[in-house]
Amino acid sequence: MTQAAIPTARDKGLIACERCGLLWPMSGEHSPCGRCGHKLSSRNTGSIQRVWAWWLAGLMCYIPANLYPMLVTDMLTSHSASTIVQGAIEIAHHGDLPIALVILIASVAIPFAKFAAVAYLALSIRPLGRFRARASAHRRHQLYELVEYIGRWSMIDVFVVAILSALVQLNAAASIHPGPAAVTFALSVIFTMLSAQAFDSRMIWDVSPDAAPTLKEETP
Amino acid sequence: MTQTPLQPIGQDDLIACPSCDALYHVRVPQVGERATCARCETVLIAPKSNAMLRIVALSITNLILVVSALFLPFLSISRAGFYNATSIMDAILAFAQGPMFLLSIAVGALIVVVPMARMLLTLYVVAPLEFGAAPLPRAAQAFRLFESLKPWSMAEIFVLGCGIALVKVADLATVDFGAAFWMMGVLVVVVLLQDNLMDRWSIWRALEKRA
Repeated sequence: MTQAAIPTARDKGLIACERCGLLWPMSGEHSPCGRCGHKLSSRNTGSIQRVWAWWLAGLMCYIPANLYPMLVTDMLTSHSASTIVQGAIEIAHHGDLPIALVILIASVAIPFAKFAAVAYLALSIRPLGRFRARASAHRRHQLYELVEYIGRWSMIDVFVVAILSALVQLNAAASIHPGPAAVTFALSVIFTMLSAQAFDSRMIWDVSPDAAPTLKEETP
Repeated sequence: MTQTPLQPIGQDDLIACPSCDALYHVRVPQVGERATCARCETVLIAPKSNAMLRIVALSITNLILVVSALFLPFLSISRAGFYNATSIMDAILAFAQGPMFLLSIAVGALIVVVPMARMLLTLYVVAPLEFGAAPLPRAAQAFRLFESLKPWSMAEIFVLGCGIALVKVADLATVDFGAAFWMMGVLVVVVLLQDNLMDRWSIWRALEKRA
């Protein structure tokens, strides 16, 4: 069965409620779902604006999250404040290269990849998007699910800071405090999650390249 | 709203994939099997045997675990004669001083309030269905809220965070797990089991049939 052979609710003049899934006639667009009260929309076209707004807010918070210290450590003889990258380098110097790599991937590479992936998905949406994606709708849908799934796991850095700050309070011997980057990092994660949630994944499939190969190219 | 009330369409014979809008005729799979979308592989219907009773039981388990884990120590460290034990409450309050108190509120919400709220909502929605009663008022809204809170429930991420924190302080001091750590570990399994039992299509239909 080819993908084009499957009709959508929209093709049949129906709207599925985004929350509870009940189907309504197209004339119900913008009125609340009679079962759960969620506002019906066949395609949330305005959502792309919200995706970009949260995306930009997330990116703006992500910059200070990397420039300011995440953790402030006070030891008997030393005082140190380290950013995410400095923290990873310190661990690498201790000889724990694998753990340093895990931290770099989880706190630096994955957030970057998330920004790139959401931008790519939003730009590839037709007819609003800027370019025609080379990846199939199926691949892009998998990418979307991955971003949605991984997004929340970035919060782990903030939890680690919270645990360490609560745990390492040994008077003079050693104490750890959260740095300002903890706040901006948390905000960045929350905004990126909101950005991914605002995205209406049904639009990925609407004018998928496999379904409509004759669509005219947009001039760059 | 001046519109005439809309009539829902074919709720028992049509289903649209929530992720890609593909439209299908409903064929309820056997208990334990799953109906998935042919183009994007999203699970559409997944009936489980005795699901509602098990969901209620797991929600109660979950609530007991969270409430008791909250104040018990979950990690303790010692170094050079100094000792400190920390509870989940302490971790939440780690940011409480100064302008970072907003972060305390966020952490508390993500690891305790949202997971607990989701369990209470589950009980509110599912328990009357399981015991053959009519749904409680606004049960549909409660279930909608339950579903939209799902990504914000981060107890399992917090548990993994404990592991990483442990590695980070391992060469600074000696660290031991407390009772609450193991309770949170069990909680992660309970949440996974419950998510696996939750079949939104069946619950929405049950809510409607009994209303």
